[in-house]
Amino acid sequence: MHFAEEVTAGFFFLAPWIVFAPVIGLLINIIFGNRLSERMIGSVASVASGVAFVISVLLAYSVSANHGEVVRWQLAEWIHIGNLNLDWTFRVDSLSTTMMLVVSGVGTLIHIYAIGYMHEDVRFKNDIPRFRRFFVFLNLFIAMMMILVSGDSYLMLFVGWEGVGLCSFLLIGFWYELDTLGRPSWANSNAAKKAFVVNRVGDFGFLIASFIMFWALGSFQFDQVFEAAQGVAPGVVLAITLFMLIGVAGKSAQIPLYVWLPDAMAGPTPVSALIHAATMVTAGVYLITRSAPLYMLVPQAQYIVALTGAITALFAATIAVGQYDIKKVLAYSTISQLGFMVAAVGMGAFVAGMFHLITHAFFKALLFLSAGSVILGVERGHHHAEHAHHTGKHTKGKGKKKEEAHAQGHGEVFDPNDMRNMGGMRKTMPVTFRVYLVGTLALAGIVPFAGFWSKDEILLDASLHYPFIYLLLSIAAFFTAFYMGRQIWMVFFGEPRHEAAAHAQESPRVMTVPLMILAFLSVVGGALNLPFEGFHNLGHWLEYTLEEVEALPLDYGVAGISTVLALAAIALSWYVYGRNPLRAGEADPLKRRLGALFTGMEKKWYVDELYNAIIVTPYVRISQFLADVIDWRFWHDWFHEKVIAGTYNWLSNIALNRYADQRGIDAVANGLGDFTQWLSVTLRKIQNGFVRSYALSVLVGVVLIVGYLILK
Amino acid sequence: MVPVNYYIILSAILFTIGVVGVLTRRNALIIFMSIELMLNAANLAFVAFGSLLQTFSGQIFVFFVIAVAAAEVAVGLALIVEIFKSKRSIDVDQMSSLKG
Repeated sequence: MHFAEEVTAGFFFLAPWIVFAPVIGLLINIIFGNRLSERMIGSVASVASGVAFVISVLLAYSVSANHGEVVRWQLAEWIHIGNLNLDWTFRVDSLSTTMMLVVSGVGTLIHIYAIGYMHEDVRFKNDIPRFRRFFVFLNLFIAMMMILVSGDSYLMLFVGWEGVGLCSFLLIGFWYELDTLGRPSWANSNAAKKAFVVNRVGDFGFLIASFIMFWALGSFQFDQVFEAAQGVAPGVVLAITLFMLIGVAGKSAQIPLYVWLPDAMAGPTPVSALIHAATMVTAGVYLITRSAPLYMLVPQAQYIVALTGAITALFAATIAVGQYDIKKVLAYSTISQLGFMVAAVGMGAFVAGMFHLITHAFFKALLFLSAGSVILGVERGHHHAEHAHHTGKHTKGKGKKKEEAHAQGHGEVFDPNDMRNMGGMRKTMPVTFRVYLVGTLALAGIVPFAGFWSKDEILLDASLHYPFIYLLLSIAAFFTAFYMGRQIWMVFFGEPRHEAAAHAQESPRVMTVPLMILAFLSVVGGALNLPFEGFHNLGHWLEYTLEEVEALPLDYGVAGISTVLALAAIALSWYVYGRNPLRAGEADPLKRRLGALFTGMEKKWYVDELYNAIIVTPYVRISQFLADVIDWRFWHDWFHEKVIAGTYNWLSNIALNRYADQRGIDAVANGLGDFTQWLSVTLRKIQNGFVRSYALSVLVGVVLIVGYLILK
Repeated sequence: MVPVNYYIILSAILFTIGVVGVLTRRNALIIFMSIELMLNAANLAFVAFGSLLQTFSGQIFVFFVIAVAAAEVAVGLALIVEIFKSKRSIDVDQMSSLKG
C-alpha cells in the first residue's frame, strides 16, 4: 500500500462531494419539494445520486492514475480528546472507490426506477404527497452509505453504519400505518422496528470491538490500528474480530441476526433493491474486507466467519424454497448470497467476496426491481379488472377457470406479492420477463452470466482450502438454482391463476430502462474479474489495498461441477413446477412430496417463533412486570401515594392542622376571646343602674383606701 | 369635761346610721336626710377635735361644711323636683335608666 504524501494530480478534492451531493439533493427536496412536480423531485434526487456516481468515477480514475496510492483527504477535525485524535477524513483507495461506484451506480439506477414505481405506489396507497419523502430518505441513504465506505477510521465507518441503519428503518416503515396489503396495521412499523432493534444487537458487537480496539491499540484509524495489531497478543485481535463478526451478522443478515431482512420486504421494492440487496447489507462484507489485516492474524476467527457465512447460505436457501411471496424468496436469496460473500471473505478470498458483492448488486437489484415491476403489473391488472367489473364490460362464463379467478377478485383481500396469484406473466409482461430471466440465470450461476464467475471463484477458493465450506456452499448453490427456477415457472409460465395476473400490464419505460441496464451489467459483469491470464482486473485493482491477492486460474473441474449442479436444479424445478404448471387454488407440489420438511421451509424453520418465545416474550413480560408492578403498583401506588403523600398529608393535616393549629393555637386565640367575653359579661352586671349599689361601691372603696392609709 | 371619745363615738354612730340610711332607703328625700346626717356627724367630729386641740380650725371647717351641705341640698332638691316632674316618683330604685 502506498500513501500519497501530498495530494498530487487527480480529483481527490472532489471527495467530500460524494456525501454533499446527496445531502444537497435531499435539502432541495425538503425545502422546495412541496412546490415541485413528482418528476422534478425524482430528477433532483437521481441527479444528486448521479453526481455522486460521476465523482466516484473521477476518484477511481484518480486512484488508478496514481497507481493505487491511498489518499486521505481530511475535511474537518472531529474529536481531539486526550489520546484520541479523530478527524472526518475521506479515504480514497481502490477498495473504497469500488464500493462508491457500486453504491452510487446501482443507487442512481434505482432512483430513476423509483420515480416510476413510487408514482404508482402512492396512487395505489392514496397518499400522493408522500412521494417527496421517499426521495429525501433515499438521498439520505446514499449520503450515509458514502460516509460508511469512505471513512478513514472505524468510528467514521460507524457513523455511516448507524446512518444507513436509520435510513433502513425510515424506508422499511415508509408506509408506517399500513401493512403490505395497504390495510391499516402495525405490520410495517413493526418490521421497521425489528430491523432497527436487531441491527442494534449487531451494533453492540461492533461497538465492543471498537472499544477493545481503542483500549488495546490506541486508535480507530485504519492504518494505525492495522500497524498496532501486529504487536499485541492474538487474543486481543481475536476478540476484536469476533465482536466485529456480530456487527457483520447484524448488518449483513447472517445467522443469528438475519431475521430482520425478510420482514424488511414490507418496504417499497426500490428500498428492498437498494438497501437490502445491493448496498447496506454489503456493508458487513466491506467491513471484513477492510479489516483484512486484522483477520489475517487470527485464522480461527477466519474459519468462524467462513462457517457462519456458509451455514447461513445453506439455511436461507432452504427457506427460500418454501416461500410464496415473490419478494420473500428474493430476501432469503439475498441472505444466502450474503452468506456466500461472508464465507468468501472469511476464507481470505477478499477479491472473490468483493467480486460477488458487485455482481450480486447487479443481478439482485435487477431481480428486486423486476419483482417490483411484476407486483405493480399485477396491481394494475387488479385495478383494471375491478374497473372492468364496475363498468360491466367483463364477459362472464368463459370457462371454469376464469370464473374461479373471477370469484377471487371480489370482496377478499388481494396480495399482489403472492406468486400463487400470478402465472403466465411472460405474455402479459414480456420485457420484465426477459430481464427477470437474465437475473435468474446470473443468480443461478450459469455461464457466461456474471454470477457464474463470481460464485465460481468463491467455490474454487473453498474447494482448495476449506472442503467442508465447499460442500455447504455447493448444496446452497443447488438450492439457489432450484428456487429461482421455481419462481420463474410459477410467475411467468403456466396460466394466470388470478384475473389480476391475467390483466397485468407492462411497466413504463422509466422503470424498464434501468432494468435493461442492470440486465446488461448482469450479463457482462463477469468481465470484471475473469479468471484467465491477463485479466483478473478486479484482483489487480484491489491488490493496491489488500496485501495478499491470490489470482487463481479457472478450474474446469469446480466450474463444471457447479454448472452441472445449477442445471440439474433448474431441470428439477422444471420437473416439479414447469411441466405441470400450478393451477389456481392448488397447493405447492412439494408440499405433498416433502410434507413436514416443506412446512418447515415454508415457516422459515420457526426461527422467528423461537426468538419470540426465548427473547421477545420474556423481555416483554419482564418490562410489563417492571412497569406495572414495580413502577406503578409498588413505586407509584404504594410508595408515592401511601408513604410519601400519606406522610406529608398526615403531617400537614393531622399533626399540624388538627393538633398544632386547631387544638393549639386556635385554642389560645379563641380562649382569649372567650375569656374577654366572660369578663365583660361578668363586669357588666355591676352596672345595674341602681344608685344605691353605686353608693355601696363608693363606700367600700372609701373604706378600703382610708383603711389602707390608716393602717399603713 | 365630757371625754372626746364620746363625741367621736357619737359621730361614728351618727355616720353609720347615715350610711345605712343612704344604702337602704329608697326615698330620695330620706337619702338626702341621711347624707345630711353624715355631714353633721362629720361636723361633730370636727368640733370635738377642735375643742380637744384648742383650735378654731375645726369650727371654721364646720362652717364650710354647712355651706357646702346647703348648696348641695339646694342642687339636689332641684334635681329631685325635676326627676319627680318626669317620673312622678322619687323612688331611687326606679331611676335605673343608666342600667347597662
